[in-house]
Amino acid sequence: MMCWGFTCLHCHPGFLRDEVQIMVEGLLIGLQTALSIKNFLMVVGGCLIGTFIGMLPGLGPMSIIAIMIPVAISIGDPSAALILLAGVYYGAIFGGSTSSILINAPGVASTVATSFDGYPLTRAGKAGKALTVAAIASFVGGTVGAILLLFFAPALASVALLFHSAEYFALMVVGLSAIAAFAGSGQVTKALLMTVMGLMLATVGEGAQFNLPRFTMGLMDLQSGIGFITLAMAMFAIPETLFLVLDPSRSDKSGEGSSEIKDLRITAEEAKQIAPVIARQSIQGFLIGVMPGAGATIASFLGYAVERNIAKPDRDLFGKGSVKGLAAPESANNAACTGSFVPLLTLGIPGSGTTAILLGALIALNVSPGPRLMQDQPEIFWSVIISMYIGNVVLLILNLPLIPYIAKVLTVPRTFLIPFILFFTLMGAYIGQNNPTELLFLVGLGVLATILRLASFPLAPLLIGFILGPMLENNFSRASQLYDGVSFVWERPMTTVLLAIAVLLIVLPSLKSRFGRGKFFA
Amino acid sequence: MNFEKAIALFLALVLAVYSYTAFFEMDYLLPPILQRNPVWPSTFPKILSVMGLIACALVFLNIEKSEKQVGDDLDISNWRAYKIIHAFMLIFGMVVYALVLRPLGFIGATFIFLFASSLLLGEKRYFLLAIVCLISSFSIWYLVDDVLGIYMSPLPSWLSTR
Repeated sequence: MMCWGFTCLHCHPGFLRDEVQIMVEGLLIGLQTALSIKNFLMVVGGCLIGTFIGMLPGLGPMSIIAIMIPVAISIGDPSAALILLAGVYYGAIFGGSTSSILINAPGVASTVATSFDGYPLTRAGKAGKALTVAAIASFVGGTVGAILLLFFAPALASVALLFHSAEYFALMVVGLSAIAAFAGSGQVTKALLMTVMGLMLATVGEGAQFNLPRFTMGLMDLQSGIGFITLAMAMFAIPETLFLVLDPSRSDKSGEGSSEIKDLRITAEEAKQIAPVIARQSIQGFLIGVMPGAGATIASFLGYAVERNIAKPDRDLFGKGSVKGLAAPESANNAACTGSFVPLLTLGIPGSGTTAILLGALIALNVSPGPRLMQDQPEIFWSVIISMYIGNVVLLILNLPLIPYIAKVLTVPRTFLIPFILFFTLMGAYIGQNNPTELLFLVGLGVLATILRLASFPLAPLLIGFILGPMLENNFSRASQLYDGVSFVWERPMTTVLLAIAVLLIVLPSLKSRFGRGKFFA
Repeated sequence: MNFEKAIALFLALVLAVYSYTAFFEMDYLLPPILQRNPVWPSTFPKILSVMGLIACALVFLNIEKSEKQVGDDLDISNWRAYKIIHAFMLIFGMVVYALVLRPLGFIGATFIFLFASSLLLGEKRYFLLAIVCLISSFSIWYLVDDVLGIYMSPLPSWLSTR
């Protein structure tokens, strides 16, 4: 019989018992640490700070955690500091989703997909329901992620290391193939064009791979490229606000004066619809989050695309206020955030920008994440995992009662609301770069986005292209250099399989449309 | 020519400039050592240029049967019914805000932007508006500069001590 090494139950019958015993002991240590009054207050404080600052466009989890690091270090106790940062992290993610849902201003890449259905729900006067779905989906995603982290962290970390630049390139292509999901009927070519435009915008500036400025037109301000926040605000917040100005009757539809915006209730039918979506996307999102570099953004886009593709009867509702379309990216991005802790805690490899900052905080606190962390400092390893779970619970308990008040922002008269949305949009772009020229780029791109939207060009693919572009190019370049060409496409089986999936994702809907209903091409 | 085709044509022009730069202007900057790499800085832009031009042609030629969108976007053919002047004034306001943010300082520029934009949209409660704009300008500056530690000059450049 083949032996599976130290995990082989045939050769090492005590393996499972030892593993379970270690886990139970660890959980008890974690619970003891995380449930002290001081640490519990840290989670509550972290969640509140994260939620409120995260609502400001431009301040995503990465910036907020960076800002909070000096506070965390001054606490001294590594467990308490990490518990505070975990609370801030989850709070910031929920805060970011709130601005996406309420004012269509996604401050971070991972909440872009949230706005696709979150904002249409708000416009339909269901802001309270949208925020509740987001809170529940995030809670379940984070909780499932924490449970999976608990059981599978070491095993998954070794699988994640099998992914090389060729596989990452293929994974990015799969991510881009999701554009078909963001394009309405008869809009695939427009979506393709917008994706290419997004990829083109991503080539502006000095990339990490080549130390040469590209397409900067001699402008120093373009040397570091176009900021993500600037483009996200320009694509979503500015067109929407200008539309509200152009047609004042639109703001009436978003529930001004309506009592429904504060209504948190989800019907039994809706709960039945979103339950399998949340379950699927929590697992898928976690697995994507485990891979270093993939992260919550890819997880949310893929989650949305997969759910749209399999939602047969109500596929057309996606993008127009579908609760499934909101629950999918929300659960996927939260699960992916938890998943990104796997390579950090077990291998010492930060899987995302946020975990890279957390790694810095851990090192400053004299904690060395890696394979020995679980043995050397079990109280830290387990308290982080437990605090993630507690953070999720606290976030749900804190935020559900706050939702009616958060949603009430929409009842502010439009003469106040519109200038403030524009102001926060401008602030988001300004804080990121501290450069007024960025504001001029924002206005220029915003006007262009408004014109594109008037001509029914989908804007989401442009932003997806922009986000995935640098990762796509860098991984393609690295893989090409390693293989001295593109032979990695057929020499690495996982790459071939992923690329085949991407082709299927693009081609199948078109073929289905053409042969199934016969109305794709004229 | 309809609006969509005009946009496709405009994007094709942008792509033409991008393609020209990618094919004829980028490679001579490359140091000889990098020229031995299989992928050059211009490789990806060249691929994008070709893909973009094909996509533009597909949109321009209307290859794909486009169905009437049932979305809630504005109807361009009905443009006279919309408040275009207000939208232009707000865009102009944002440009002015970007230009005066440093010379006028954050608090002054933000107060004027918020106050003027609200007036433009028809707000008549001047006193309440002034109070709200003033409190917002101060509190956001305090939050970003003092609490979060991201420097923003609150006063005009000639009055600022930092």
